[in-house]
Amino acid sequence: MEWEVVIGLEVHVQLATQSKIFSGASTAFGAEPNTQACAVDLAMPGTLPVPNEEAFRFAVMFGLAMNAEIGKRSVFERKNYFYPDLPKGYQTTQLEQPIVGAGQIEIHLEDGSSKTVRLHHAHLEEDAGKSLHEDFHGMSGIDLNRAGTPLIEIVSEPDMRSAAEAVAYLKKIHSIVTYLGISDGDMSQGSLRCDANVSVRLKGEEELGTRTEIKNLNSFRFIEKAIKVEAQRQIDLIEDGGKVTQETRLYDADKNETRSMRSKEVANDYRYFPCPDLLPVVLTDDYVEQIRSELPELPDAKCARFEKDYGLSAYDADQLTQERATADYFEQVAAKSGEPKLAANWVMGELAALLNREEKSIADSPVSAEHLAGLIARIKDNTISSKIAKQVFEAMANGDGDADTVIEAKGLKQVSDTGAIEKMVDDVIAASTSQVENYRNADPDKRPKMMGFFVGQIMKASKGQANPQMINKILKEKLDALL
Amino acid sequence: MAVDAQTVEKLAELARIAISEETIDEVSSRLGDVLQLVDQLQAVNTDGVAPMAHPLDEVQVLRKDEVTEPNRREDFLALAPQTEAGLYLVPKVID
Amino acid sequence: MHQLTIAEIIRGLRDKQFSSVEITSHLLERIQELDNQFNSFITVTGDQAIKEAAAADARLAQGDAPALCGVPIAHKDIFCTNGVRTSCGSKMLDNFVPPYDATVVDNFQQAGAVSLGKTNMDEFAMGSSNESSFYGAVKNPWNVERIPGGSSGGSAAAVAALLVPGTTATDTGGSIRQPAAMTGTTGLKPTYGRVSRWGMIAFASSLDQGGPITRTAEDAALMLSVMASPDKKDSTCLDRPTQDYTANLNDSIKGLKIGVPSEYFGEGLDSEVGARVQEALKDYEKLGAELVEISLPHSKLAVPAYYVIAPAEASANLSRFDGVRYGYRCENPADLRDLYMRSRGEGFGEEVKRRILVGSYALSAGYYDAYYNKAQQVRRLIKQDFVDAFDKVDVIMGPTAPNPAFKLGEKNADPVAMYLEDIYTIATNLAGLPGMSIPCGFAHGLPVGLQIIGNYLDEARMLNVAHQFQQASDWHQKTAPAAE
Repeated sequence: MEWEVVIGLEVHVQLATQSKIFSGASTAFGAEPNTQACAVDLAMPGTLPVPNEEAFRFAVMFGLAMNAEIGKRSVFERKNYFYPDLPKGYQTTQLEQPIVGAGQIEIHLEDGSSKTVRLHHAHLEEDAGKSLHEDFHGMSGIDLNRAGTPLIEIVSEPDMRSAAEAVAYLKKIHSIVTYLGISDGDMSQGSLRCDANVSVRLKGEEELGTRTEIKNLNSFRFIEKAIKVEAQRQIDLIEDGGKVTQETRLYDADKNETRSMRSKEVANDYRYFPCPDLLPVVLTDDYVEQIRSELPELPDAKCARFEKDYGLSAYDADQLTQERATADYFEQVAAKSGEPKLAANWVMGELAALLNREEKSIADSPVSAEHLAGLIARIKDNTISSKIAKQVFEAMANGDGDADTVIEAKGLKQVSDTGAIEKMVDDVIAASTSQVENYRNADPDKRPKMMGFFVGQIMKASKGQANPQMINKILKEKLDALL
Repeated sequence: MAVDAQTVEKLAELARIAISEETIDEVSSRLGDVLQLVDQLQAVNTDGVAPMAHPLDEVQVLRKDEVTEPNRREDFLALAPQTEAGLYLVPKVID
Repeated sequence: MHQLTIAEIIRGLRDKQFSSVEITSHLLERIQELDNQFNSFITVTGDQAIKEAAAADARLAQGDAPALCGVPIAHKDIFCTNGVRTSCGSKMLDNFVPPYDATVVDNFQQAGAVSLGKTNMDEFAMGSSNESSFYGAVKNPWNVERIPGGSSGGSAAAVAALLVPGTTATDTGGSIRQPAAMTGTTGLKPTYGRVSRWGMIAFASSLDQGGPITRTAEDAALMLSVMASPDKKDSTCLDRPTQDYTANLNDSIKGLKIGVPSEYFGEGLDSEVGARVQEALKDYEKLGAELVEISLPHSKLAVPAYYVIAPAEASANLSRFDGVRYGYRCENPADLRDLYMRSRGEGFGEEVKRRILVGSYALSAGYYDAYYNKAQQVRRLIKQDFVDAFDKVDVIMGPTAPNPAFKLGEKNADPVAMYLEDIYTIATNLAGLPGMSIPCGFAHGLPVGLQIIGNYLDEARMLNVAHQFQQASDWHQKTAPAAE
């Protein structure tokens, strides 16, 4: 039997506003508990919400980037349930009339293929606080700093057919929200979180299988693993004659398994109704068009432009445009160095490896775009070889200054002086009598290959600084003269 | 319209309001009276009438994105039944 | 001195006939002496009041006194007062001292008014008799065996007992007008959104509106001029500047068209109450007004629609009272669920719990369309009745309540009978219209209220119409025997 996995994602993105969605309290991450929870966030009696215009602007930007309909009239509703991190006893959210309607985006898969994923809708809502489970004499502590942070919840259609597609979709969402600058997209801080609805069916079936919802996935790696393991669990279950139960599940990364969240299974009846403390938000066409005209270049457009303007491969262009910060960095390096291809290689190669090793984002890169461009310029004008360039790069990463400073300080300048190279060639030929003898006796076709030995020796003698083209030229002349 | 005890229990659970065994019949019967009153609505033809959530047709005015609220944690925590280390304490939350 | 109206106090203070400390002390003494009969105050802030009065006197002496400088008032205990316990008549908030002021409270402070304390009310403003207060029932100064009306019963009784010349109050389905009618006082519910709801503890957000209870329409105008302001902290508050509601009080009402809805004079109306209202309408004719018979065909549906919408909104508004961040928490909760169930089960009274359950029912899966949505559709029909009527008339008049004050305990056993007390007042809340109740005589020896309903934001005309009646009559000057 061949099975097909069907996945829909609900992605929660924290919006990068200064203040909360319904109050003037700060949204900054990492403050002391409850120092950023004001009377409104704490649901003190008599307090009332007033929505943040920036949250709406951000949501509209997102909707436009997703090619979606914009809800010109959106309405907040109350979703009622009791939980200690939810001070009002209801979450203010949107249901019937969300700010963003149906839309669609292209996702790019590793095999180079593309696919369209449909957006069901996206709505604005408030985040909840946090329950801290350290032991306070057998009790939990509640921190409401996060309560009221603006979120957009992005609900896809069940259009994804593999964990890889789900990850590609999520990466695309991540890419779009960070391009737009509406979220920092930092998954480790919970700025972007994901619930996955997963079901399986026999290939060719029309009807969807019973789905489960895996809650609170907060890294690309966990999402991929969680979906795979959950799909397999469902397949095994059905093949063993069982039935999938519609329920909420939690992914346990340590055990690489999902398990049922029974506490959430108490029949929920959220009793949604329009929030009477808030009025319908009406946006004009002019307002929406103004935002559209101010949208930054989005990843797909940028990718196409990189291919065209810089002559990059589709793969390279895609890699460089997934994150706006990377794309901006690359463009600076390319512009300053005048060498887009070299720039692309360095950004995706040495720089990516460095950032990975040091667990830093490109925004915090120890090597600035300016310094990298300076380095590439020295490769291009033959001041240094590519090999030496790697040394210079490491030195720049260690904070030793720009490329010229490092080259100067360490004396790494390439030797292009004919006299000096001729002397090195002469010394090596003189010290390698048997190799010279072999060269002379060898078949002329094999001689070019045999030159490698001499080049290596000369490079060694020059500590890698001799200009390789000049070595080749002079060496060949001198060896040929011995024939 | 009668409301059975089971419905009352379900509503009490949704609303998180403890209702004692002794009073449940009383509560059911009172709720039934109220629902009978409001059931008069069912007889009205409201086809094509848009529901009206607000008495006036006003639209929302949005607030500028500015931090205006200072930290008043100590004022607020002082109102709480139980706190520690700047947190509100509740019986263990189990996920 | 306790018989002075707000207008008279303002003049007396400015003419230096007496000081704010003098009148404040006098009223505090009266409260001390008399209020054990009425129970109209939950909290009296005597020391603070004297301090505020002294500060007011200083400002009056300097000549930079704002509108209500030195005038004693009291706030319904639903308005949050910084540093003063705000209970909302509930055990749930018996220990709650807010660290912030309601906008209304702030407005009165800015205007220099002196607050004597917090008045009693039905728990969370749910009731029409003021018997559901955690602090005990309020008694009607006209007959202490009778209810003063509700939910602003304390605010109305305190004014009727001449303990304070004006109070703030709130009206969700008649909670200003009905107690005003029962106690022979003047009560005004403004257009929805005219008065800020910030810091006013919510019962039903789309219906709640604050307003004054006073002894005269002129005083109501003076108080409303301070109360009504735009407020960026309340999304539903209308963005309209403050206005002087006394400006038009003396306008002639010749040619005024008064709509008289036939539905307000039918079955269920006490005949003596009906007679007093008819007499008042005749008085208006004498003042040059014209009576126009109108129909509000969906009137009967107001009570059923209200008892879906108000409980539905309340069921969510009252979820925040969970024993976590403030207010009542049960002893030794076994677990989280127990904390919620018992804190709310023990902290709320019977009527509040009943309405939360009704509201939860109306919103729950499978019932939403039949109840909540249906009620909101009916609400539009009710509003349309008024919109059509105001095409033809300037104001609408009828009885405020179907009967005068009933006996304490009389309707306790039957919530539906209690709900029908508000049969004439509820529709204006659903429609968001302003309404007033002014005294227009007595039935069975108890005060009767005439209701005046105005068009949207037409409070100034409503007050003018009420004032002209009070210029020509003395019903509002009658004093309750217990207040002597």
